[in-house]
Amino acid sequence: MDTMIDVRGLRRRYGPRGEGGFDAVRGLDFSVRGGEVFALLGTNGAGKTSTVEVLEGLAPPTEGTVRVMGRDPYRERAEVRRHTGVMLQEGGFPSDLTVAETARMWADSLTAARPVAEALDLVDLGHRATVRVKQLSGGERRRLDLALALAGRPRVLFLDEPTTGLDPQARHTTWQLVQQLRDEGATILLTTHYLEEAETLADRLAIMRAGQIVLAGTPGEVTAALPSRIRFTLPDGVDPAVLPVGGAVVRGQEIEFETPDLQTSLTDLLVWARDRRLELGGIDARSASLEDVFLAVAEEAR
Amino acid sequence: MSVTGAEGATKSGGLWSVLGLPSPSAWRRMRALARAELTLLLRNRTAVFVSLAMPVLMMGATSSTVGELDLEGTGFSAGEVVLTGGLGIVLVLVIYTGLIPTYVARREERTLKRLRTGELTDGEILVGSAAPAATLALAQCVILVACGVLAFDVSAPRSLPLLLVGIVLGFVMLTALAAATAAFTKTVESAQITSMPLLMVSLVGSGLMVPLEVMPDAMAAVCRVFPVTSLTELMRDGWLGGLDGTERLRALVVAVAWTAFAVFAVRRWFRWEPRH
Repeated sequence: MDTMIDVRGLRRRYGPRGEGGFDAVRGLDFSVRGGEVFALLGTNGAGKTSTVEVLEGLAPPTEGTVRVMGRDPYRERAEVRRHTGVMLQEGGFPSDLTVAETARMWADSLTAARPVAEALDLVDLGHRATVRVKQLSGGERRRLDLALALAGRPRVLFLDEPTTGLDPQARHTTWQLVQQLRDEGATILLTTHYLEEAETLADRLAIMRAGQIVLAGTPGEVTAALPSRIRFTLPDGVDPAVLPVGGAVVRGQEIEFETPDLQTSLTDLLVWARDRRLELGGIDARSASLEDVFLAVAEEAR
Repeated sequence: MSVTGAEGATKSGGLWSVLGLPSPSAWRRMRALARAELTLLLRNRTAVFVSLAMPVLMMGATSSTVGELDLEGTGFSAGEVVLTGGLGIVLVLVIYTGLIPTYVARREERTLKRLRTGELTDGEILVGSAAPAATLALAQCVILVACGVLAFDVSAPRSLPLLLVGIVLGFVMLTALAAATAAFTKTVESAQITSMPLLMVSLVGSGLMVPLEVMPDAMAAVCRVFPVTSLTELMRDGWLGGLDGTERLRALVVAVAWTAFAVFAVRRWFRWEPRH
């Protein structure tokens, strides 16, 4: 499929050259294909928002090139904006306008907008249309922000931490909406620090640390980079030394070991136990989760 | 609007921008923003009251000072000085000091950043946000001219085009100066301080309250380079006449130069989001 977002050698620097400045993004390469959900993960300060702001065309790259639908989002802002929707990390709304007035102002400024009522209904805010923005809860404000991002029926959608501050139900509704938009053909780049969100939504993801991508791929590929883990309890009187596996962590009769090949190791272990008529207790075998990967990446940084 | 309609609008945008005018779609975008800003202004009773009452109060003060001046030799009556100066007072108070807090507030609450993620261009955002203040100011200018002609025995404008040139240049220059000042204003509250220098210089030294003609020549010459002086001169000339060709040209050059400087300052220093 077509490449909708293409990032080559992106660097972004705040402040002056030398000691006084700060490199927030240090050489990023990635691309997002049409109809794909791509998630940028990372701890706070990893450079996610600094990256997304360049993709949104709010700031020029310090170095490198960024293309959205084949165009430079900063220099060719007018051409790109017609096809993009942006949800910033903090929505900026005048507090004394109502929800409907805010949405109407936005819709009227777009070339081809959804009707206001439709946009508000998408995020389940239709019943709050006449309420002033300052009276909205944090979650409702996030949803209003999402409604505006969707107002122009964008082909490329940037969502910067779209579900921060949402309750679990609203988060779920937002996920369904994102999946529905993807199914309708939109290309979506989102940042999040909810790993469950990335696991649920992302076709591909990249984990950032200190302005660089340290791991990228499908959720499956990314988690495959870490070993799986097997845990069980040996029956009393069986010496852990006779186990068929190396490198196990032994705590009394409780055993834990890591393996790059879960199926083979688990089969070996179970066959070994059957042959000796041993009953292993509390068997727990699982692949690495995205959370394990994320924590391992964060751990390396220290 | 259909997609083809949109493409058409882009193409005609080229023609409009060649003429230096906003394209129809630019107008549509600015109208959407102006409408929201007008709603906000009408909900802020204090701001409306200040915008309407301050110029009247300042003109009251002017009329008492002018009463003590010897206007002989200026060629103007007291009423003419107060009313034509009133036009400048309206522009400075409503547009310049009125817009600084608007721009600062929209920046700090991240509305400007939000707007920049949409189709509005940077210039459209600044102009659209200024539209309600410009409307208020224009209405007051019309009222002033009407009052002068109908109630205070001042002549009808000698040259309406010249008067309008002065007013429109004033809108552009003071809007840009307000945005430039907003760049150096951290909070809405501190706008009262950052707006002070230009406000004071204009009230005292730009012929708004005291005509330059009663000043010593050297002082008047200095005052003629102040930004608002050029506007006062053009508007007064448009309404009452009195400038010769050279003086008129000089006033125009000063006004355009300050406008260009202010636009440059905005492009160079304006910030679209709060400091982190």
